[in-house]
Amino acid sequence: MSKLLMVLAIAGTLLGAGAMVYGDAAAKGDDNHGKRGHDFMPVMNADYQNECGTCHMAYPPGLLPARSWERIMGGLEDHFGDNAQLDPVTHEAITRYLVGHAAEHDGSRRAAKFLRSIPATGTPLRVTETRYFVKKHDEIPEHMVAGNPEVKSFANCAACHRSAERGIFDDDDVRIPGFEDARF
Amino acid sequence: MKRILLITAVFLGGPVAVASTAVDELMNEFRAGSAVAFSAERGRELWNATTDHNGEARSCTSCHTSDLRKPGKHASTGKPIGALAPSVNPTRLTQRSEIEKWFGRNCKWTYGRVCTAEEKGHFLAYMRNQ
Repeated sequence: MSKLLMVLAIAGTLLGAGAMVYGDAAAKGDDNHGKRGHDFMPVMNADYQNECGTCHMAYPPGLLPARSWERIMGGLEDHFGDNAQLDPVTHEAITRYLVGHAAEHDGSRRAAKFLRSIPATGTPLRVTETRYFVKKHDEIPEHMVAGNPEVKSFANCAACHRSAERGIFDDDDVRIPGFEDARF
Repeated sequence: MKRILLITAVFLGGPVAVASTAVDELMNEFRAGSAVAFSAERGRELWNATTDHNGEARSCTSCHTSDLRKPGKHASTGKPIGALAPSVNPTRLTQRSEIEKWFGRNCKWTYGRVCTAEEKGHFLAYMRNQ
């Protein structure tokens, strides 16, 4: 059993390392509009995926500045109405990952655009509050999101951005459930 | 009829109950903090009970439904949650740290406080045989 676990762990590490190299390369050469390009570095932290991604999409850390992640991680006992407390070791590891890969460090053009749209004095806790996000979604009517039981909220990226979990937010990849013919 | 149900319950519940030492360990610990014996029936009642949060009724069933063998859905994000019943999802209730973490988070959401040892014992008695 422990041998099996070790093999799995090694395989996981190799996969993770591969994803990291690929993510870096994609982020550097990316103009954000190519079909294969990533808009953000894909999430590749198992703790973050397991602990946060169980309840919601593990958002790419490049969506928010480091100060936002610090504040979010400092208030997990009331995390948008949920209790999302973590043991201290996991808490520290996830905070380090989010802060270390935040918009300032992501390297993609998309992250830079989010960052530029946030005032230096602002510490947004929601991606949906940022000016860049609002601008990019201003043509989407309310009834396709809040009034749509399969979407419910703009926070539910992956409901419409079908490759969001891989860090891809290209317009061409968007399909709004119930409004499949709409194009953006 | 009752006898048939009982036999069915024992038959279905037997192998699952043996599978989880994590649950046995935790229930033993909770027993030290509980004045009453744990009951699956009491666990089922607690599971389906609702508490009021400023007009919003919250319950275990808000996310997990009243049938643990079925998948659930996060009440606010809508993200799918795999079935909790060990009979259909054998990885459930196998890790102490996971069990304790989710009791910690979800009791606070549902009741606004941590659960007592007694409540957790009832919950486990109910859940392990689903």
